[in-house]
Amino acid sequence: MARVSEIVDYCTRIVEDLNFGHAREWKAGKSGRKVVGFMPFYVPRELIHAAGALPIGILGGGDQMEVIHGDAYYQSYICRIPRSTVELGVTKRLDFVDGMLFPSICDVIRNLSGMWKIMFPNVMSRYVDVPQNFRDDIGGKFYAAELNELRKDLGTLCGQAVSDDALRASIAAYNENRRLVREVYAFRAAEPWKAPSPEVYMLMRAGQLMAVEEHSRLLSDYMEAARREDRPRRDNTRVLVTGAFCEQPPLNLIKSIELAGCYIVDDDFMLVNRWEKSDIPAEGDPIRNLVQAYLHNSQSTSAKYEPDQARKGKYLVEAVRRSRAEGVIFMAPSFCDPALLDRPMLQRVLDEHNILYIAFKYAENSGQMTPIREQAGTFADSIKLWSEA
Amino acid sequence: MSTAPATPVAAKPSSVEVIKEASMIKQKDMIAGNYERLANARSLGLKVASTFVPGNLNELLMCFDLVNNLPEINAIQNGMRKKSGQLIVEAEKHGHSEDVCTYVKADLGMAMKGNIGPDGRPVPDPDILLLSYTGCFTFMKWFELLRERYKCETVMLHVPYEGEGRATANMRDYIVSQLKNEVIPALERVSGVKFDIDRLRQYLKESAKAEEDLVWVLESAKNRPSPIDAYFGGVYYIGPIFTAFRGTPEATEYYRLLRGEIVERIALRQGPTTPEGDMKSERYRLVVEGPPNWTSFRDFWKMFYDEGAVVVSSTYTKVGGVYDLGFRHDPDHPLESLADYCLGCYTNRNLPGRIDMIEKYINDYQADGLLINSIKSCNSFSAGQLLVLREVERRTGKPAAFIESDLVDPRYFSAANIKNRLESYFQMIEQKRGGRSAAAH
Repeated sequence: MARVSEIVDYCTRIVEDLNFGHAREWKAGKSGRKVVGFMPFYVPRELIHAAGALPIGILGGGDQMEVIHGDAYYQSYICRIPRSTVELGVTKRLDFVDGMLFPSICDVIRNLSGMWKIMFPNVMSRYVDVPQNFRDDIGGKFYAAELNELRKDLGTLCGQAVSDDALRASIAAYNENRRLVREVYAFRAAEPWKAPSPEVYMLMRAGQLMAVEEHSRLLSDYMEAARREDRPRRDNTRVLVTGAFCEQPPLNLIKSIELAGCYIVDDDFMLVNRWEKSDIPAEGDPIRNLVQAYLHNSQSTSAKYEPDQARKGKYLVEAVRRSRAEGVIFMAPSFCDPALLDRPMLQRVLDEHNILYIAFKYAENSGQMTPIREQAGTFADSIKLWSEA
Repeated sequence: MSTAPATPVAAKPSSVEVIKEASMIKQKDMIAGNYERLANARSLGLKVASTFVPGNLNELLMCFDLVNNLPEINAIQNGMRKKSGQLIVEAEKHGHSEDVCTYVKADLGMAMKGNIGPDGRPVPDPDILLLSYTGCFTFMKWFELLRERYKCETVMLHVPYEGEGRATANMRDYIVSQLKNEVIPALERVSGVKFDIDRLRQYLKESAKAEEDLVWVLESAKNRPSPIDAYFGGVYYIGPIFTAFRGTPEATEYYRLLRGEIVERIALRQGPTTPEGDMKSERYRLVVEGPPNWTSFRDFWKMFYDEGAVVVSSTYTKVGGVYDLGFRHDPDHPLESLADYCLGCYTNRNLPGRIDMIEKYINDYQADGLLINSIKSCNSFSAGQLLVLREVERRTGKPAAFIESDLVDPRYFSAANIKNRLESYFQMIEQKRGGRSAAAH
């Protein structure tokens, strides 16, 4: 029976290995295996899995990698994740990746899809467009055709067509994974002292770099181990963190928030892990089921259009209520268009609901945590001291 | 990201009477007329639609008698009139990040300060926001912000990105379906006017005529000397067709007049018109990628014409539609044609496609090199431009240079820095030429 520290150490080793050794091992495990990378915030991983490939989340280089070449491709006013991703590519750390998918999150990642085509012509690079129209007969029809196109490309890459049966089996595997992810999140929201966010973060992030089946086992093991462990409960303030759905904060930043007297009870760090809010039907037409899940049962985020003004930002209020957060930390990467453009609208919705918040920016290689610790600490104290609750 | 002019530039040699060409007067009247309609929309009983330049469906809006208000153009006009800086600061005071697009903040700042337009008259609140989501992520959030403020009907037209370098039938069908089932019903509802496809056909027919002449004008820069500047002058030339006039007889007439004037300039072997008169000698022929800076537009331009540098082709003049690769609006396939137009706008093309275009321009226009004006505000243009630079240099063997500024935020225009870089760049071109002629001997 693994202990929490063993599971977390295992995950940390995988995440901190900038040569992606774990994924490389998976690929080397059987001849002909393929690996397909994807960037935030969402791709239908089931399609990659059904093609027999390993989907891995490429989330930049973090704070442990020196970016030398990547800076030569980006101006100072562009966020950090594309430059460290280019660094990963140029330094051959991604030379085992056979395909790269770039979802429609913003113009920077969108343009990176074209850069990848030029810089790595032997890699199958694709921009993955998702509908911003949520009608079945319009956006749904478009997305189904796009998914079928992607399915065909992945089949070609992997040397075999992706069958409906394989896709249904993959949907089932990811349903199991999402169920466990939701369980971990619910557990942390209920007893955050038993599931500190730096641990949960590593657990979720490592899941981007391994087979879904292995990740599901790890999640189960973690739940078992975390429930068993006796940890002190602190008088921390419960906060929800939002805006960090693409470029990831350094682990020290997450630690600093909790050290400053906060429990993170919800976040949007690894949105892809729980993009669909409940199970996707594993029977019937699998493409239709994926489309339906995207249109009608997926998370809201700043990269997605909200057609109904009355619903704008309500997801955040609902998440605050659900996780019983006492405040919200808007934590966005510098120069992040989706998060920073959306932020004033979300803040106004929180104002209407008397939900307290603070905001700051970071980069994946931010090193100075004192100001953030002070800001988060002051926020936590002010909630404890002055909040009506 | 977008384009279009303020009032046309007059030839203005210091000791010579200011002479405005007929096309300049025409365009000035057209733009003033649209602001007039906007200012008087309520008293005239007209409804107002706000929309964007890329993916601008002007012909469709005209089918519903809607007045077209383009927030990007208001931001540009305010930038050229040195008003945008204070508007941006106003938006930032209200919580809008210093990191995001300054068009958005200039527009929001204008609204926060009472919505007084660039011409000093009030701009009415829109009755509908037509969110033509084409080639720029920021558009989506911009109109969510405006929807929150104006609380008016908002209809989204999602134009898929040409990620694989081509438009597909699925993309086209998706756009047409949105036009039929979402956009047109919303415009009917707000305007109270029933959609008439024959009316749309008529406008599209008019558009195609203007497009033909616009392309002729842009391609006139293949002459030596070039009779036009396809960037600083180009932003005036695209004004009518990128804004509220595509599909109108006025636009057709404007381009007819403009073409006539250029014919004459070619016959007289004249260079481009600049704010200080005709450019006398053409020393450098450049292709420029990226939007211009608007707050110091004249100063920026002067750095070029003082050195005899003429821009023979630019990508910015393709942001509201790419016509020089053959596309024309087609009255026989009206909705499909609008879809194709949106799909083909410059920033909706993938990076390899953009590089192909620039390479073609350098070759077709016999340019000396590529200059990139990288805009802090505009990730749609800017992200990837350093690779564009390398790739174009590699393919053409022509020198490329990189300068940085912003759209309408005066804090990000450093004249001395840009001038230094330009001068170094011109020297680099000279050295390349010297190297070539030395090699030839």
